[in-house]
Parts: sequence; structure tokens; C-alpha cells
Amino acid sequence: METIIFYIISFIIIVFSLLTVTTKKILRAAVFLLFVLGATAGIYFMFNYNFLAAVQLTVYAGGIVVLIIFSILLTHQINTDLDKINIKKIALGIISSGLGIFLVLSTLNNHHFEASNKQATDSTIHGIGRALLSYSDNGYILPFEVISVLLLATMIGAIIIAKKVEE
Amino acid sequence: MIEGISIHHILTVTTIMFFIGAYGFLTRKNLITMLMSIELVLNAVNINFVAFNKYLYPENMQGHFFSMFIIGIAAAEAAVAIAIIINIYRNIHSIDVEDIEQMKY
Repeated sequence: METIIFYIISFIIIVFSLLTVTTKKILRAAVFLLFVLGATAGIYFMFNYNFLAAVQLTVYAGGIVVLIIFSILLTHQINTDLDKINIKKIALGIISSGLGIFLVLSTLNNHHFEASNKQATDSTIHGIGRALLSYSDNGYILPFEVISVLLLATMIGAIIIAKKVEE
Repeated sequence: MIEGISIHHILTVTTIMFFIGAYGFLTRKNLITMLMSIELVLNAVNINFVAFNKYLYPENMQGHFFSMFIIGIAAAEAAVAIAIIINIYRNIHSIDVEDIEQMKY
């Protein structure tokens, strides 16, 4: 059962990623990206990382996609198609990314990963909160602090950049 | 760990997703669609981190926390990028990468 669900999710991810980078209408690209992000959350649910899946859904699907759609509406005429890309550029892109896929997949298939049988730690919200605020081993208080400062700086920076310049 | 799925399956899917994002970044000309391609790449990397965490080191949660911080930084990056894009549009009325050449020389 889980195998079938995983194959369905991977199919969704690959097909909609392809559509995201190839579609002509920019608003459709944003909606296809939303599907990809939702399917990613599905993979996190299958790993039993429920909190991460919820963060993925709220921050990516709820936040970033809405931000992107807003910026499309603010900057772009929705009805106009995107410019045609010349064949040479498409061919170069396909060649380079195909070469990349070939290299990485051939390396992966020759490498044997030793799957661990150890007991998984609790990935409940309680355990995550404890780990984020602990300063012992496997505690993440320093990156937590740094990212909070980063988010503050981002907030100020985004406001200053997008603010109307006075004449 | 998903029953019946080895780590190779997940890594294959994320590799394909990563390079689709790279292809989009190479071929698209519009700034917003390029940003979407970057989001695809970041998502593939996130799934990789979580898969390595779950299959190889399930006793710790380092991959989980790394993905969480990547999601936070991706949100910050998208916010700043969209502020810059809106500002560019306000100044030159276009968001094509080929029209942005004021700082070229």
C-alpha cells in the first residue's frame, strides 16, 4: 500500500515539476509549483515527520506560493504568454541537466547505503521543541537564535527595498 | 522509513526534481519563474536531507532540523527576492533578466 502511494507521489512530483518549468502561462506555473510542494509534504507525512510536513504546508504552500502569485499579479499581465526560448538554449539546458542526472544516478546506483536499524527518536512537537531550545548535545539553540535574527533582518530589508522612494 | 521503498528510490526522485529545477533556471528568462525553479531545487535538497536522516541515522534528528532551517531561509529569500523584483518592475517596467542591465559596467 505504502509503495503504491509513494509511486503516486513521485509521479506527481516529477510531472508537475516538468510542467512548472515548461508551461507558457506564468500563473499556471505557480499553481503547478503548489502541487509539487504539496506532494513533498506527502513524502514527509510518509516518513512520519508530521511537524515538518505541517511546516512545509504552511510556509511553502501557504506562504511562498501566495507571495509568488501576488508578485505575478503585481508585475505581470496574466494573459500574456511568456517569451519563446530559442531552441539552442533549450537543447543546452536539456543536455546539461540530463548529463547531471546521468552522473548522479550512476554514482548513486554504485553506492551501497547501510540502512540503520536503530530506534527512531520521537519526532513529536514536544521532542522538537525540547531539541530546539536545548544547549546540550543535539540541541539547536544557536541556529535557532541565528535564524530569528536573520528573519528580523529580512523583514526590515524587504520593507526598505519595496518602500516607495520619495521624489 | 517507508515500507518497501529503499533510499535509492527516494534519491532518484529527488535527483530528477533537482535537475528539472536546474533546467528551469537555465532556460527561463522571467525573474519570477527563475525563483520558482530555485524553490524546486531547494525542495529536492530538503527531501534528500530528511531521507538520509530517516534511513541512515534515525537515532538523531539532524536532517530534520536542517530541513526546517532551510525552509525558514527559503521563506526569507523569497520575501527579499520578491521585494527586489517589485522594485525592479517599478523602475524599468519589465522583469526579464535581459532587460536588467543598469549595473552592467
